[in-house]
Amino acid sequence: MSGTAPQPTTAAANPPVQPMEAGFGTRDLVRVSATADLPAPDRQLTKLAKLIDVSKCIGCKACQSACVEWNDTTPEIGENVGVYENPHDLTPDMFTLMRFSEWENPATNELEWLIRKDGCMHCEDPGCLKACPAPGAIVQYSNGIVDFIHDNCIGCGYCVTGCPFDIPRISKTDHKSYKCTLCSDRVAVGQGPACAKACPTKAITFGTKDDMLALADDRIEDLKSRGYDNAGVYDPEGVGGTHVIYVLHHADKPGIYSDLPENPRISPIVEGWKGVTKTAGMAAMGVAAAGALLMGLFSRGNKVEAEEEVAAERLVRDREDI
Amino acid sequence: MTNAWTDIKNTDLVVVMGGNAAEAHPCGFKWVTEAKANRGAKLIVVDPRYTRTASVSDFYAPIRPGSDISFLMGVIRWCMENDKVQWEYVRNYTNAAFLVKEGFGWSDGLFTGYDEEKRDYDKESWDYQIGEDGYARIDPTLQDPRCVWNLLKAHVEAYTPEFVENICGTPKDKFLQICEMIGECSAPDRVMTSMYALGWTQHSKGAQNIRGMAMLQLILGNIGMRGGGMNALRGHSNIQGLTDLGLMSNLIPGYLNIPTEKEPDWQTYISARGFKPLRPNQTSYWQNYPKFMVSFMKAMWGDAATAENDWAYHYLPKLDVPTYDVLRMFELMKHGQINLYFCQGFNPLLSFPNRAKLTEALSRLKLLVVMDPLETETAHFWENHGIHNDVDSAAIQTEVLELPTTCFAEDEGALVNSGRWLQWHWAGGTPPGEARHDTWIMANIFLRLRKLYQDEGGVFPDPILNLTWDYADPSEPTPEELAREMNGRALKTVYDAKDPSTVLVEAGKQVKNFTQLQDDGSTMCGCWIYSGCWNEDGNNMARRDNSDPGDAGMFLNWSFAWPVNRRILYNRASADMQGKPWDPDRKLIEWTGEKWEGYDVPDIGVTSKPDEVMPFIMNQEGASRLFTRGMMRDGPFPTHMEPFESPLKNVFNDKMRGNPVSRVFADDAAQFATSDEFPFVATSYRLTEHFHYWTKHNKVNASLQPEFFVEISEELAAEKGIAKGGRVRVWGKRGEVWAKAVVTKRIKPMICDGKTVHVVGIPLHWGFKGAAKKGWGPNSLTPFVGDANVETPEFKAFLVNIEPSTEEPVA
Repeated sequence: MSGTAPQPTTAAANPPVQPMEAGFGTRDLVRVSATADLPAPDRQLTKLAKLIDVSKCIGCKACQSACVEWNDTTPEIGENVGVYENPHDLTPDMFTLMRFSEWENPATNELEWLIRKDGCMHCEDPGCLKACPAPGAIVQYSNGIVDFIHDNCIGCGYCVTGCPFDIPRISKTDHKSYKCTLCSDRVAVGQGPACAKACPTKAITFGTKDDMLALADDRIEDLKSRGYDNAGVYDPEGVGGTHVIYVLHHADKPGIYSDLPENPRISPIVEGWKGVTKTAGMAAMGVAAAGALLMGLFSRGNKVEAEEEVAAERLVRDREDI
Repeated sequence: MTNAWTDIKNTDLVVVMGGNAAEAHPCGFKWVTEAKANRGAKLIVVDPRYTRTASVSDFYAPIRPGSDISFLMGVIRWCMENDKVQWEYVRNYTNAAFLVKEGFGWSDGLFTGYDEEKRDYDKESWDYQIGEDGYARIDPTLQDPRCVWNLLKAHVEAYTPEFVENICGTPKDKFLQICEMIGECSAPDRVMTSMYALGWTQHSKGAQNIRGMAMLQLILGNIGMRGGGMNALRGHSNIQGLTDLGLMSNLIPGYLNIPTEKEPDWQTYISARGFKPLRPNQTSYWQNYPKFMVSFMKAMWGDAATAENDWAYHYLPKLDVPTYDVLRMFELMKHGQINLYFCQGFNPLLSFPNRAKLTEALSRLKLLVVMDPLETETAHFWENHGIHNDVDSAAIQTEVLELPTTCFAEDEGALVNSGRWLQWHWAGGTPPGEARHDTWIMANIFLRLRKLYQDEGGVFPDPILNLTWDYADPSEPTPEELAREMNGRALKTVYDAKDPSTVLVEAGKQVKNFTQLQDDGSTMCGCWIYSGCWNEDGNNMARRDNSDPGDAGMFLNWSFAWPVNRRILYNRASADMQGKPWDPDRKLIEWTGEKWEGYDVPDIGVTSKPDEVMPFIMNQEGASRLFTRGMMRDGPFPTHMEPFESPLKNVFNDKMRGNPVSRVFADDAAQFATSDEFPFVATSYRLTEHFHYWTKHNKVNASLQPEFFVEISEELAAEKGIAKGGRVRVWGKRGEVWAKAVVTKRIKPMICDGKTVHVVGIPLHWGFKGAAKKGWGPNSLTPFVGDANVETPEFKAFLVNIEPSTEEPVA
């Protein structure tokens, strides 16, 4: 390499362009699975959201690729079964998936190719967490992120039942449940999710939920000007709103987007799954008391080297100093 | 690109035709989504398939593969008929007013001068009437029946909306709606951009497809405008750099020409390149050709190139044929006329047509050298991979050497993007194993060859022995040394021609840009259009200041764009005859009364008066060309031609097959299919998940699109009994492939000339090497014929048949 060529100064990145609030952790937990007496946090983080604008998405799968790279997973090299989805479904190694549907709009007789990035919606009222019998296996932070703590996961699959969006997948290898973390490890050090960073068309943006809703309003206005009278935001109330929200051209018909639920709710069975039933369930499964709840919280599936840990801590500390 | 990726944000209307930008250029496509989100721009897609680009479009229309010229001539006809013309622009900035010789004409699908025997035109009549003053005659009133405008009007008369519907299969109402949307952009404050790629180039008349849209853009006044232009989306990172640097058999860096046999001496060569202006006061910048050429010869041979020996002109090879393009090379190879083939960063076994012929050709070589970071199919053409590469290895005697090279992330240097930006990048990693930079390999081959010539002599060793090679480490020229060489420097002190007491550049210093180059041997320059990239200000390609005055999208301090850091070519045309921007909100440059200034580097002499010097300074006319004189082999206007393999006969002339002047080798002519045997139209394309034949080696990409497939309509699937996800056999006159079937609503049958036309879509990312499942490319099926002007193979329209297959390939 030549010594004279000046080194580059990095340009403003893809969204987010502003530094995000950094440095959240166990003290910001608002919900922990199978744990009744969680102390209330002494602060409230700003609510975050990822906005997926379906009308800007070109289905390039850069988000899938970035997700695989960041989480260091190895999806299977499968086969073509006559569709563009690959892998064919969410898997323990593929936390997000572009789903493609060909829809003939009866109002215009025109074909529309609706492409939706599927993955965890990070419900404000998370069914997975409520269903989970393993203490500390599923947690929610006050910024809205719902995360799986794999050291505490017992692989029972109740989270799958509890999820109104059919998201978590149980690994046949380590018998743990996997899903999108909203890149909590990136967000914790002031970065946006890997998928948002990789998205070439800003179909995926990340920021505070208020900002994302305002951006969604802008986009809906543009879509309405192009004749999409029913354009709207998908932030379903049945689960208390979500921290992954969509802009849809046809918000009156979420089902046409590869079966996005019209009105997702936590199953009543799971809603009733509290107190006695749950404890009994756990006993039946012979789960040892998961006393190491908070200790194990940050032992993630991601492989983090010691020096990276130190660097991350330094980054967080520096940000807090500012 | 005439414009830049970043400039697409300034447009009102994006037309993607002959390309699929969202699919093949997803990162650049962000500027389309910016224009849509922030300016309310509209997006039109015209394509045989409803593509990923179409999925975010405002309007989509289907078109039969290979019928684009009819569509474009139809739009031009509609605009002329409906007064959707930027008149002041057309009158002054195009050659609409120029008078054409009486002899020129068109009938039965052919222009005057056709010689069927030679498959060529005598282009004598395809020219302007020249007056006694030596200038082209014009009629500014556009009344003369021989003016270009009236000839064009007559030429497009046949392309009615009904004709377009009949030939292209595009429903008339959809065609007319697109005409309306495009027509709006003839207003001076409405601008359309054309984004195209290999969907237009990979036809036997690819250059004429692009001409068609360029003419439309001129009629609308959209060339030179912010948010306008003709924007070729280049298919490879740095393929723009490849053409700029003349990596074609008939080019020298900077679009200079390799001499032909008819130019045996310097005088003949250079006098044919006088480029005398064809109108008074016009710039005709190519008049500087000798300065660029002499500076190139000095870069090559230094002191050995002198005025006395005509700058060592006798060192240059002289072409005996128009080009030694890849098709011709493989034709020669097949006939045993090539012994040794060097294949650098290139996988022809998958990327050139008629794979069976390629395999046969490679098998006749004595030695094949492949330089590549990956194990390519070409390097392993002799390996038997069952059905996927069914060769008799024992019968192939070709010796193959694989020289592992570095990939882009292990290199330092500049990549040239579609917008002509030379963006310097730094190595991100060190090469693995025995991999070496291409420059190291080439340098070491050169040094050994030179030693052989030194030791043993030869028939003509001078060009090798005298080649300038003054790099600090002769075995590894650095990217900096090469970049400085391309920029050029003064060999002697250069003085201002107008004021000899003023020093322009001192001996030994880098020239500022190509305006300082000389034709007396006092300067050297490896690639004149890149001059300015690394001058005494340093490495301008490494600049990374993304400030953007006026929010114009120009980013003049980010990297370096050729020529002279100009971001929009012909930007003088963004202003009217008085030098005022047509649209004040889209100002690029304007005339202050004394000079031109603005957001971009003016594409005109800075003190050239607006009413005297016209914007198209590279052309002898000063005007742009609706009529190209004799510059294109297949006609001064685009005319409808069918692909060589088509379900339809040419409606203008049923004896005409394909492009009447395309070069066709005898063996290949015998292998063209007819629609009786092969009823379906196939087309090839890329998928976003992959990059050509590289990323199938990468496990992530392979998992996202693992297996070769073809796409067909529900109607064709039903007709043939093909199930979604089922295995099919697709075969043509030259080969067969097996694939999974993607049955989709995104392809629909079209009705053309009374026939139902089914399209089979064939993506191109699979082979028999890498992490993805073994498969084929469309090149097992495609015809061995290229564009009449530049020999780009006809990959986008050919004939096949398809049937369900239960046969599992034997790997």
